[in-house]
Amino acid sequence: MSPAAPGPGSLADLTGHELAERFASGAATAVQATEAALERIAATDERLHAFLIVTGDQALEAAGEVDAARERGERLGPLAGVPLALKDVLVTKGVRTTAGSRILEEFVPPYDATVVRRLREAGVVILGKTNMDEFAMGSSTENSGFGPTRNPWDTDRVPGGSSGGSAAAVAAGQAPLGIGTDTGGSIRQPAALCGIVGVKPTYGLVSRYGLIAFASSLDQVGPFARDVRDAATLLETIAGHDPMDSTSIPDVPVDCTSRLTDGVDGLRVGVVKELFLEGTEPGVLARVREGLERLERLGARLEECSLPSFEYALSAYYLIAPAECSSNLARYDGVRWGLRAKDSADVVDMMQRTRQAGFGAEVKRRVMLGTYALSAGYYDAYYGQAQKVRTLVRRELDDAYQRFDLLVGPTAPTVAFPIGEKADDPLAMYLNDVFTIPVNLAGNAAVSVPAGLSDGLPVGLQLIAPALGEATMLRAAWAFEQDLGLSTRPVSHEEVRS
Amino acid sequence: MTAAVAEEVGARRYETVIGIETHCELGTATKMFCACPTTFGAEPNTQVCPVCLGEPGSLPVANGRAVEFAARIGLALHCRIAERSQFHRKNYFYPDMPKNYQISQYDEPLCVGGWLDVDVEGELRRIGITRVHLEEDTGKSLHVGATGRIHGADYSLVDYNRAGIPLVEIVSEPDLRTADEARAYAEELRAVLVALGVSDAKLEEGSMRFDVNVSIRPVGHAEFGTKVELKNLNSLRSLHRAVAYEAERQRRVLAEGGKLTQETRHWDEGAGRTEPMRSKEFATDYRYFPEPDLVPIEATASWVDGLRAELPELPAEQRARLAEATGLPAKEVGWLVRDPEVLAYFQTVLGRGAGRDPKVVAGWVMGQLQHDLREFGHTMASSPVGPERLGELLDLLAAGTVSATAAKDVLAEMFNSEASPATIVERKGLAQISDTGELEAVVERVVAANPDLADKFRGGKRGVLGAMVGQVMRETRGRANPKLVSDLLERAIGG
Repeated sequence: MSPAAPGPGSLADLTGHELAERFASGAATAVQATEAALERIAATDERLHAFLIVTGDQALEAAGEVDAARERGERLGPLAGVPLALKDVLVTKGVRTTAGSRILEEFVPPYDATVVRRLREAGVVILGKTNMDEFAMGSSTENSGFGPTRNPWDTDRVPGGSSGGSAAAVAAGQAPLGIGTDTGGSIRQPAALCGIVGVKPTYGLVSRYGLIAFASSLDQVGPFARDVRDAATLLETIAGHDPMDSTSIPDVPVDCTSRLTDGVDGLRVGVVKELFLEGTEPGVLARVREGLERLERLGARLEECSLPSFEYALSAYYLIAPAECSSNLARYDGVRWGLRAKDSADVVDMMQRTRQAGFGAEVKRRVMLGTYALSAGYYDAYYGQAQKVRTLVRRELDDAYQRFDLLVGPTAPTVAFPIGEKADDPLAMYLNDVFTIPVNLAGNAAVSVPAGLSDGLPVGLQLIAPALGEATMLRAAWAFEQDLGLSTRPVSHEEVRS
Repeated sequence: MTAAVAEEVGARRYETVIGIETHCELGTATKMFCACPTTFGAEPNTQVCPVCLGEPGSLPVANGRAVEFAARIGLALHCRIAERSQFHRKNYFYPDMPKNYQISQYDEPLCVGGWLDVDVEGELRRIGITRVHLEEDTGKSLHVGATGRIHGADYSLVDYNRAGIPLVEIVSEPDLRTADEARAYAEELRAVLVALGVSDAKLEEGSMRFDVNVSIRPVGHAEFGTKVELKNLNSLRSLHRAVAYEAERQRRVLAEGGKLTQETRHWDEGAGRTEPMRSKEFATDYRYFPEPDLVPIEATASWVDGLRAELPELPAEQRARLAEATGLPAKEVGWLVRDPEVLAYFQTVLGRGAGRDPKVVAGWVMGQLQHDLREFGHTMASSPVGPERLGELLDLLAAGTVSATAAKDVLAEMFNSEASPATIVERKGLAQISDTGELEAVVERVVAANPDLADKFRGGKRGVLGAMVGQVMRETRGRANPKLVSDLLERAIGG
């Protein structure tokens, strides 16, 4: 899969479970794996700009603790000592957290997100915080307040977004694991464009406590990895009920790995007609159609299905998400933390000028859109109507799950596009998420798994499952990945440097 | 406004229509959406956490106890408890609101459609309750500068200790007609909240505040007049004065041929008038939408039934029972019931001793006891004179062992001594003198010293006897039995 041969046996080229085997056998230590990752970051990130902040000392310290615990014979989780790239939208106690925004440039959170706490408790080594579209609004990571991230496959192209930093880091071998967030496709689309696995879990499966909100009813934290097994293991690590998040699903057993290798034989898979839109790149369509044939050959029973409401999902999303964002982002006013405009006439002036200076163009656009959509006299026509579409999408999907275990389609309509190509065309940019958004509206689960290349750039296949259908979904993704047999080695770092 | 104008357009032609939104802090141990304590008066910004500061990434979790308290209020006000209710976000920018939205209930409140009976000058008025809903309080800001308002402030300070404290908003129907009714409603509502134990409802600490809608309309018209909202009234006195002023102001505007505008006005307590608020100090479009960080509240029938079964006796029931049992007049009953501690004290005194006279007990609990509590800097809760000891004192009074005057001295002494009233009476020699022989000498002395008064009495002015009784009492340091003294004086003068 990677355009060049893997590096000469660097630990940075290994997946999480390969590292875990070496840790267990004593062939490598967590500190060595962390050093290898940090070296890879040092060698490649000047070009890629996947990270906003690298916390090398803390990472090495955490890795050292895992090694010491292992030496003491303590029982460790499957990802103990494995390095990870964390999207800068999850708060980290004492470590600057920006959400890709200038308005939070100096913000140091006083607490850890629940996901971060779970990662630390599992011994996962957090390398640093990765770049993203400002407040997770975008599909290319070009909306970052701190400059774009580049795609390791072609550094003149975008990695997708909004979780482009984590996706690029995993694809480039800077980390075997990554954490992203997905509000309308922000994990799956960059996973597809960077040739890695990305999971959008069921809404409520992973705690949102400490996730800097974009659109609360849609946001969900999920894993990136270079293979399905790692993604499944990482999901198990971060999932589970959290009393600090009222929308977190109570008491569900999260087991995505014990039946991972059971195959797809007999699974009923619906091919969603509406996900094969005109305008989808032929190379993308070709890889996805080959993927469908592969699933069939593996024993899945494929049948076309139609979900007409999908046509309205994008429009509904661009009312609901901005509406929630306009409210969620109101707190960035310079009063308590983050940027504060100087020399203001009074408090109101300070709040206005802080927001003017601190937010980028896309964030301002969505705050305006959302404010408008919620305004008296427009609420019913916009926000109210969008909620009806949302209900419709959910119902149609629920009906489809009466007949199908999973649904399938492409993850994104294109491969990675050149930096700058869509930066000034918001509508063209929004269309990147047309295949991923319905899943967020319904709160269902989905995964993007690599399906091969088109003109040397990765294409992703999207598998969609009903709420809490992660185990079946990842089982199918694993079977697909194994049969396709792509390399899980990262993109050559020599390539990245060039 | 001149008196003549008042006559012309006064109460004969217009009636005032008043609706009250009452905000009351709930007495839960922790805040509405986080585990921070709610203690009043802590150092600024010490009772805060990521959630009530609205730190990026933090999420609210509803306080079950607060939901329960709000439901109890709804039940006490005869409301229906909604099977499903929902929180919304009320969006507006203000620096004392950490998230720049307030989590509140909007079109799906917890409690809907009830009533409260209010006694106005002996007449019962049934005031409709539109709804009772839950929300969170804001912080407190201090705008430093010439205006004291947010616009033009040199700088502003904010204390977020109050941010996130659970509030209920109790909305009345526009059923109130006078400032007196408005105050009576507020007083009765306060009594209900205190009796339920859901709030201390302390107006002076701002834990209970009122927004009042006032309009006027020609008597007999069904249509409402133009509504003016008076914001943030924080005492019963302000409420009464502001409503009275505003109703008169509106009459004056109409009388002078002016038009009323729908607006929000601020009550200036010092100046005694209402003034328009700057439109930027309140938003008109709050862009409400369902709070996506919280799940709906589901109230099951069994939960509601359980709460209903556990409701305590409410003030109206207490008053009825007390009036029936004691024969006390309504005013005194109302006074006793207003404060649960006073009521409990009164009932203990009355209940512990057989045959104690409710009138006497009420008089002492409401009168001298309150006087001495103030005098010695105590409250009912911290009173060194418990109901048992007061009861003993009143028994001595009833038995004629002490005079009422001496009993006052004994009570005062009881604030500084743990001795029983009987011991104090003995120690201070305050026992009433009912011995005729002992008193006759004093009486004769007083009659001899006041020949003019004696003449007046003999001439038919029987009122002067009181002055002479007073002198005898003074000479005996209040220990003489006044009834006996009176008899002896009459005999001495007449003889």
